This record gives sequence, structure tokens and C-alpha cells, in this order.
Amino acid sequence: MLIDTPKVSRRAFLIGSAAAGGGLVLGLRLPFGPEPARAADGAPEITAWVVIRPDDTVVIRIARSEMGQGTLTGLAQLVAEELECDWGKVTTEYPTPGQNVARKRVWGDFSTGGSRGIRESQLYVRQGGAAARMMLVQAAANGWGVPAAECSAASSVITHAPSGRKTTYGKVAEAAARLPQPQAKEIRLKDPKDWKLIGKPVKRLDTLDKLTGKQVYGADLKLPGMLNAAIKDSPVTGGRVKSFDAAKVAGMKGVRKVVQVGETGVAVIADTWWQAKVALDALPIVWDDGPHAKVSSAGIAAVLKEGLDAPEAFVANQAGDVKAGLAGGAKKLVAEYAYPYQNHATMEPMNATARYTPERCEVWVPTQNGEAAFAATLAASGLPADKCEVYKIHLGGGFGRRGGFHDYVTQAVLIARQMPGVPVKLLWSREEDMIHGRYHPITQCRMSAALDASGNLSALHMRISGQSILASVRPEALQKGRDPVVFQGLNPGGEFGFGYTVPNLLIDHAMRNPHILPGFWRGVNVNQNAIYVECFMDELAQAAGVDPLEFRRRLMTKHPKHLAVLNAVAERAGWGKPAPRGVHRGLAQMMAFGSYVAACAEVSVADGNKVKVHRIVCATDPGYVVNPAQVERQIAGSFVYGLSALFDQECTVKDGRIEQDNFHSYNSMRIAQMPKVESILMPSGGFWGGVGEPTICVAAPAVLNAFAAATGKRIRSFPLKNHGIQLV
Amino acid sequence: MARLTVNGSARNVDVDPATPLLWALREQIGLTGTKYGCGVAQCGACTVHVDGAPVRSCVMPVSAVEGKRITTIEGLAVNGVLTRVQKAWLDHEVPQCGYCQSGMIMAVTALLKDKPRPTDADIDAAITNICRCGTFQQVREAIHAAAKG
Ligand code: FES
Ligand code: FES
Repeated sequence: MLIDTPKVSRRAFLIGSAAAGGGLVLGLRLPFGPEPARAADGAPEITAWVVIRPDDTVVIRIARSEMGQGTLTGLAQLVAEELECDWGKVTTEYPTPGQNVARKRVWGDFSTGGSRGIRESQLYVRQGGAAARMMLVQAAANGWGVPAAECSAASSVITHAPSGRKTTYGKVAEAAARLPQPQAKEIRLKDPKDWKLIGKPVKRLDTLDKLTGKQVYGADLKLPGMLNAAIKDSPVTGGRVKSFDAAKVAGMKGVRKVVQVGETGVAVIADTWWQAKVALDALPIVWDDGPHAKVSSAGIAAVLKEGLDAPEAFVANQAGDVKAGLAGGAKKLVAEYAYPYQNHATMEPMNATARYTPERCEVWVPTQNGEAAFAATLAASGLPADKCEVYKIHLGGGFGRRGGFHDYVTQAVLIARQMPGVPVKLLWSREEDMIHGRYHPITQCRMSAALDASGNLSALHMRISGQSILASVRPEALQKGRDPVVFQGLNPGGEFGFGYTVPNLLIDHAMRNPHILPGFWRGVNVNQNAIYVECFMDELAQAAGVDPLEFRRRLMTKHPKHLAVLNAVAERAGWGKPAPRGVHRGLAQMMAFGSYVAACAEVSVADGNKVKVHRIVCATDPGYVVNPAQVERQIAGSFVYGLSALFDQECTVKDGRIEQDNFHSYNSMRIAQMPKVESILMPSGGFWGGVGEPTICVAAPAVLNAFAAATGKRIRSFPLKNHGIQLV
Repeated sequence: MARLTVNGSARNVDVDPATPLLWALREQIGLTGTKYGCGVAQCGACTVHVDGAPVRSCVMPVSAVEGKRITTIEGLAVNGVLTRVQKAWLDHEVPQCGYCQSGMIMAVTALLKDKPRPTDADIDAAITNICRCGTFQQVREAIHAAAKG
């Protein structure tokens, strides 16, 4: 079996391969750019972020992608707060990646993942709004011949108080657009205590069309003369097409062409997608399965298991002398865990539409990263940046699948190149989507710990063995061979800081990279890291004979923000007080994506295997909350994603390929299984954390700890369905 | 050629009779509000009403629905006036990505016709749509709100 096992000593090579990037030369991130341009309808652009129409409509430009998480509304709130515009007149638009390149990346990073959409752009989008307000006020002041300092703006109206004169943004927009833009250092942003829009649960800007069928997703796109394509790519990664018999389906209704897509895929192009799919299913294809054709889940598990004992590993967090600490403890505890591959299973399968001529290549795609889609378009079309464009279409879910990988864009362009001038929409079947994921990586973990004579945790060795996402996706981002993403939630500090102080500590990773392609996933590695740490904490507490909350508190005195969210859920849930009859509680806490999260789950178990999660109390401190209504929805949704993963989701490997190909074998929870989620938002200010992902990680350990409290059983390999345990 | 009645209009669609209703709606009639999620009756994204009953259109051949009344998400609001379910969805801001919501709204609309005041158990039994964004908490709230008013 071929499994890549990087050694610590390979670091030089791994750094040396850094050049394999996205293909775009990325400039500095500026709050606004040198060459303002008009909007498509001719309305004047004040700053890159703000266009004002004569009727006072405010068009706020959104560089990040909306995929359901509410970032479009949140980013608009940030701009509007400083712009002092009438929120009722706000609409939004996406600038295109091609425009971003042409304007020296005036809109900064388009990448929408890692719960970064708001926290990493909040400063420059607020500056963009503030600069526009200053220019609009200046333009009004110029018109009146008064100093700008005597004028103020509120709700898109500019007032000169001494004379009582008023005008609106729409009336002065043309003049404002001709003024020089203020420098970043001249812009004074509001004190958070003066915010009127940030922190308010204003309604999303994008709801209505989702209720009437009007919202166009990538899969819904229609272009004049468009054809449709269905594709099969090699079911085994590393395999390729040997041959296919196009003549067998050439006469089928609607079929226009059967094409090979790169080395690895075959597509049927037809009038409709259904015709393409029917023909593709009838098309004889012979595959060469390549070097991984014999790989199985059992084989992968064996390699990972060996990594648990490997002498070489990348270190993330270290204190004291763990060897001595483990040897000298009064009581020793060891537990091994395993976490599977998982698919994102976005509701909308992967798709992209492309039109190619030798002069121009255009792509319409639901993507979390317009710039990465653009890079894929350039590479697949062979055309330069000024001959390519990407139009972002609304996403039917992303969860990481539509961020770093644009295999479907590459395919769409390669197909369109074989039908020049004709737009072709490529849509993956659910089956194609399931077996060509970029999977949540697989890991195992061994936790070894020692308790001292008074039941305190004196030594902890956490050894993770398994797959690195970066080694596959962005090897240039490895740090001397080490993948920092593996250690989410386990670092000494930073946005994934470990919340416990352990005198003798070692957290390390033996990298083992099977051929199954890994990818970022909602939460990704913090999900299993939280299970490993937080379930083991409960085991240790039990071994020490100490209440799990109290056991944690003793280790958290130097981590007040971690502790604050944990205390908040314990208090709200009534930890230490009797639960309703038959109900058991479990706790978990973690820091992820810059935010502190904790959960207390209330669970009952029937017949030893039917788990009802009645209630989950969850607390989060993300520093600032832009839209509390949307944060609550992200939290509730996180439990659906996290509990589906815990109970039901696993992608297994047989003969080198993923076995689960639709929702019957890769289930996702339904409304009947939904617990009541109570969110406590406790933003403490002074930092910006994410909200889309952090909460997922506490879902599983809180429920597992409650399950153990109910049954006395510790389950350490996932999903729970493999143990006959169901969520009811 | 199949003759379908969709949202009150008669439509002739030139498809193989085995073609699923979902694809005739999306590709021949151009009503893309009904979504493809799985193609095997698992997820509910493709839910429409056939003679008022919720049906997963991805596994329903057009030959089986000729002469029947088909309603899609586009047929709910009349002259832009939202139904009470759509209104409740707006008030409670149910959708996240929204991709599952056409099917969710169609399933809920059918439930409320059947059971104007559904209990939580009724909801659990009738609403089996998948939502990967995880909007279930808001879905339940909005169903109760729509039932009340
Ligand atoms: S697409 Fe019909 S049930 Fe999923
Ligand atoms: S709202 Fe995204 S799948 Fe339901």
C-alpha cells in the first residue's frame, strides 16, 4: 500500500516545494484602491466598497462568498455602520475576481473559509465605509461652501446644523466620487460602544428569493444556447481512463458529444442534464485504477496505528518532561481513539458552467473562493488573466468543499474547450459528489496521562497519527514539514489555544498520508481534537474521583476566557443540580477560530443504544458579535453538522475508492433528532473570533460525555452507528 | 411528449416518459426552484405537490403525473403575496444557504393542510427533509408560528 509518511527530516524538501501555489501573484491588501470605477449601471463608486445610486440606494460590495452563513449581511452591517447610511436602502453585489486582479486586489482576499469572512476583513471594510462617509460629507460641504467639520451624516442624510441645510447621499455621490480618498491613517473608526448596527439582529438581506424559488444557485444557471454535461471521474484517486465507447451512446436522445476530461474523466454533453446523465450511465468506460486500487480502510487504519508508536513526530505543544511525568504518576490512564473520513455533502452538488473561445474563458460557479476559481480557470483554459473571468453564483452550501479545490471548475473548462463558444453547465450527480470529495482527514489518537497522588493531571501525552490537509492541498504552507492545521485547539496560544495548563505536556503528530484526498471541512481537525481531549478529560476526572467540571477548572486558572464559557454553560444547564429523571449531562469546551466555545448536553439513553439529545446549552465568546440572530443560527446549525458526523457519517475505502455514494449510506440527521439548542452569546470585546465553525467541535464530546454518564460506556471510535448506537 | 399541469398552466414537454418530474420541471419548463439533492428520494429537496400531496419529484416519472395537478415552489405565492408558511419562514429567517428550503416549504405546506395545528411529533413524522446547514430549530419555530397565524 502506498501511504506517504513524511519524516521530520524531510522538511527541506517540503519547504522547497512551496512554488506550487495558486498561480496568482497576490498584492498587498489595501482598504481601497487607486482607480475607482463605476458600477455596471453607471452609478458612481465612492470607495471600492460603496456605490451610491442617484435614488440613494447603497450598493455594498462583498468580496467574501455567502453560502448560508450570513456573512453577506454581516459584512454589509460593518460597512453601513461607518457609512451612516439608511440600512433600508442597502443592497449588495459581488465584485468579480477578474476585477480584483485588474484593480490590484482592491477588495483583498475573496477566500471564505476558516470562519474568517468577517473577522479578517472587518477592519478594512469598516474603513471603506468610513472613507465613503467622509467623502460624501466633504462633497456636501464643498457644495455649500462650509467646512466639513460642521456637517454630520446619519441615515444617508447629510446635515449642516448651523444653517439647517440637508442633502442626501444620492445627490452628492457624483461629486464625492471625484474627491481624493482619505488615507487609512486619517480614518477614525467608531468606538464599539457607539455601534448602532453592529451587534443588532438585523434581518438578512438574502432571504426572500430563497422562499419563492427565485434564488439562482450554480446548478440552476441558464445561459442562451447552453448545453449540459454529466461526468464520471476515475473512482479511484490516481486512476485514469483507459477507454470508453462513445458510439454506444452517440445516438441517444439529446446527446451532443462524449468527451474525455483530462486523463481521468469522461463527460457526456447533451441538451439537458438528465439526458447527459442517462447516456453517461449507459456509456461503457474502462478504467485503469492506478497504484491505489488495493487500498482499504483496514489497511489505512493499520498504518495510522503504527504512527501512534512512531519515534518521529511533529510537535505542537510541549511543557516540562512528559516522559518523566508519565513514569512518576500515581495513576496512569491510556485511551485510543479513531476518527473517520467524512464528506461535506453540501446540499447542492458541485457544479460549474464554462464558456470557452480561444479569446476568452468565462466561468459561473458557486465558490467559497472566487480567486481560487479564477486561478483554476486560467490554468485549465491556458489563457491569461485579462482573457478570463469568473462570476460567483450563490452556493447551496460550502463547508470547505468549495474553498480550496476547484476540480469541478477545471473539468468544466476542459469540457467547454471541446465545445468552443457554447456555454456548458457541468453538474455532478450526488454519487459523483460523494465519491469525489475532499474528505475530512482521518486520524487516530492515543492519550496517555498520569494523575498525581491528589488526583491532579500531572502529565499528558497526546499523540495524533494521521492525515495532513496541508501536505495535500497547500504544501507550501507546511512549517518545516509540520502541518499546523492538525493541531487546531491544541496550540500553546493563538486562535486555536489549548485551554488547560498541564505541567508535563506533549502534543505531537505522526503524519501519515493515504491517497484519499483530504480537505478543509466545517470545523475540520478541531472536531476530533475536541473529542480526544474532552472525552479523555472526563475519563481522567472519573479516575481521579473528581467532578468533571471541577477537574477542568483546576487546570484552567490561567485560561480565564476558556473557563468563562465553560462556567456559563454549567450554570445555565444547572450542572451539579439534579437533572430530569433519566437525563444525564456532559460538558466540553474548546477554543477554535479565535472564539471560545463550550457546551453542556442533556441526554437520555433507551435500551442502551437509543440516544435522545434533549437540550444543548452552548456558550460562545467571539470577541464581537456582528449579528446575534445569525450567530445563533450558526450555532444551532453547527450541532446538526456535528451530531450528524458523530452518529452517522463515515466514508470507508474499499479497492481504493470511497464506498458511500448517497444519503442512504451517508446519512444526515433530520428534524426529529434535533435537540433544543440554547445559545449564550458572551462577546467580551477586544478581539474578533469566528462563528461559523467553532461550535461544531463541542457537539460530539458533550454528547459523548453525557452518554458515558448515562451508560458508563466510553466509545472511542466513530461514527457511533458502528457500535449500534442511534440518535433518536 | 407528456402533458403536464404545472402551477395551473398546461405544459407540453418533449421528454422520454421515464424522465423524472424533477428534470422536466427544471429543464423543460424552466422552473429551477425545485432542487436536485440526491435523486433517490432521500433528501426531499425536490418536493412538489401532486394533487396536493407532497411528492419527491426526483423519482416520479412524468408518465405517472400526466393529468394531475402539479404545484412547485414557484406556484405558492400568488401575485407576489407570500403564503403563511413563506411569511413565517421570512419572519423567522429560516434559510441559511436556502438550497433545501423549497422542498422544506413544500413539505411543510402539505403538512399544515393535513394537520393545521401539528404537534412536535407530527412535525417529526412528516418532515424528513435533509438540511445540511442545520436550520431545523428555526424550521420548527416557523411551523408553529405558521400554524398559529
Ligand atoms: S432530490 Fe429528490 S429526494 Fe433528494
Ligand atoms: S439551508 Fe442550506 S441545506 Fe438547508
